[in-house]
Amino acid sequence: MEDAAVEEAEVSGAGEFAPALVAAHPLGHSVAVAVGPELRVFDLNGGCAVSLSDDSGGCSHSDAIRAISFSADGALFASAGDDKLVKIWKTDSWRCIQTITSEKRVSAVAISKDGLYVTFADKFGVIWLVTVGEHGEGQVSSDNKPVSIYGHYCSIITSMKFSPDGRFIATADRDFKIRVTSFPKDPVKGAPQIQSFCLGHTEFVSSIAFTSLSGGSSFLLSGGGDSTVRLWDYINGCLLDTYEVKDKVGEQSDETEDSNLAIADLCVTNDDSLVAVAIQSLNGIMLLACDLIAKKLSFLKVITMEKSYIPTSLAYSSSADLLWTVMGASNMPNQAASQLLTRVRIILRFQKELSASADHDPAILEDSEVPHGEKLLLALQGSLDASKQEEVLAAVLAALRVSMHKMLVKKNYSEERREQRKRGRNDKKIKK
Amino acid sequence: MTRTSGANGGGQQGSGKLPRKRFYRARAHSNPLSDSHFPIPISPDDVDLSQHYPRYFPADKGEHGDGDGDAEAPRIRFADVGCGFGGLLVGLSPLFPDKLMIGMELRDKVTEYVKERVLALRASNPGQYDNISVVRTNSMKYIPNYFGKAQLSKMFFLFPDPHFKEKNHRRRVISMHLLDEYAYVMEAGGIIYTITDVEELGIWMRTCLEKHPLFEAVPEEEIKVDPVVKLLSSATEEGQKVARNGGQTFQAIFRRISLQEE
Repeated sequence: MEDAAVEEAEVSGAGEFAPALVAAHPLGHSVAVAVGPELRVFDLNGGCAVSLSDDSGGCSHSDAIRAISFSADGALFASAGDDKLVKIWKTDSWRCIQTITSEKRVSAVAISKDGLYVTFADKFGVIWLVTVGEHGEGQVSSDNKPVSIYGHYCSIITSMKFSPDGRFIATADRDFKIRVTSFPKDPVKGAPQIQSFCLGHTEFVSSIAFTSLSGGSSFLLSGGGDSTVRLWDYINGCLLDTYEVKDKVGEQSDETEDSNLAIADLCVTNDDSLVAVAIQSLNGIMLLACDLIAKKLSFLKVITMEKSYIPTSLAYSSSADLLWTVMGASNMPNQAASQLLTRVRIILRFQKELSASADHDPAILEDSEVPHGEKLLLALQGSLDASKQEEVLAAVLAALRVSMHKMLVKKNYSEERREQRKRGRNDKKIKK
Repeated sequence: MTRTSGANGGGQQGSGKLPRKRFYRARAHSNPLSDSHFPIPISPDDVDLSQHYPRYFPADKGEHGDGDGDAEAPRIRFADVGCGFGGLLVGLSPLFPDKLMIGMELRDKVTEYVKERVLALRASNPGQYDNISVVRTNSMKYIPNYFGKAQLSKMFFLFPDPHFKEKNHRRRVISMHLLDEYAYVMEAGGIIYTITDVEELGIWMRTCLEKHPLFEAVPEEEIKVDPVVKLLSSATEEGQKVARNGGQTFQAIFRRISLQEE
């Protein structure tokens, strides 16, 4: 029965469920939500929705966006996804300055610390690099083609981040691995030097995040399909601590043990003491205390939200001390384009409240309390109509429970099915 | 965990009888891209060496390395990637009796054969062949799961699948990106040996190694005196086949160097 479901999903392409994403400008100037092919940006300074402009000569996104990222200084923004396009935006004007066409679908994107390069990972696990530059400007030649700098052999890259000192690039994949690679001064020639592998996850790794540089060293956090959050000394590839989310979520929710507790996303707040974790069947977020001196992760609390709200992506904005959460998805079966709705919830004074008193719950903003109110919600969510939203989110909820896991987990077919498939195999390429 | 003797009647555990190849027929090719469903160690610490090298890791000693002042536990130092029927391992074993070596092979029937072969050799030559073993794995995907940084001093890639079609070049076991991983598991000064009877692949492997910043060619005079080099073409089944047919071979032998970035 399981096999039949997997098969069906493959045929219809419904297995390619794409969760909505959120990213916050590091200085709090703006916030971006991506759902399906739509990139929605809200200018928090001006208090208005941003209309994106494009003079890179490329197309706009036409399929699900899989990765978005601000640069460390907030000047640049990159988006990429299933349409094989990587778009680089200048955030002062929200103008797209470069559109790169990848050979394969893109699953992760990052901008180097110095803002000179954009790296992206394709469906085969190859990491590509392009030099950032506007057309006809400076030394960037017109044939600024992406170069492959390294690769995970035939694995899907789920997350890609630069270390805070810019010396390393870390990539996580569905084969339980995290690779930490030296990012050379001249990366165009490739990045052959592996610093370490962080091995310990027993399922796909879904999200990684660096802590900021404190006392000259930083650490890596990762979450995965094995329902654990792990803390790493990434320089030496040593696992420092593992936190199992099962214990705490189990007692909070009335779900049966069947529920899937894969980590969907995690995000480190800027003084590194708190890690916010989105878990696939948890309505709310889990907070872990991260003690970088004792090198320990410990449970702090679960911030519970309404029953139907399971965040798919998290972003922390340090200047305003806000945690942005979003729920939404695209590429679901029977989903019309008009239904690309998301739900945004914001947690205010995230850090302050928690450090002041452990018993005090941080405030989850009501819709009326959100900065710039309805204007922001309309821009990012796509609708304010509660009933319409409810309907879409219910579908998202149902899809979430199954799809995110299925997308990355190794499919285990029965022996008969494998034999049957071999027999029916058609190796001749059918050209359209 | 226990080693099962070949169900097809090829293996006779304990006896010194060598397994017969005819019972271990396997296809020449195996897809390195497909999802693997055999067990893979989560990290190099999870590799159970006592299962591979029982003489070096006696089972009754319990947790080894619990600090009775002993020298640190031996580690695997040589890896034969795509070891096939294990000819090289058998040839290397008496040359380096104090080095642990492992063959890695993707085809399970072939792996079974090598397992039986090693057991038979150990049984008929007590005290020998205790330093070689084999594991069924996809080394293109899981090298870092087996070896830590700078663990290996020699790596062998003998007569790998040539994958002629350009579309399939990414399935070749030597490529620029995979060399990054091999460089990671090799110590500085370690040597990588490659040989093939396919000229096109020979050029490909040499070019990859020449282009890679972490490898440099081993000078000719050193190659001449290296006892291992002779084994490359003479010890393996594939090498013997080429010699029988009077074919040409193309080798590329390179050293892992460390990179000084200013």
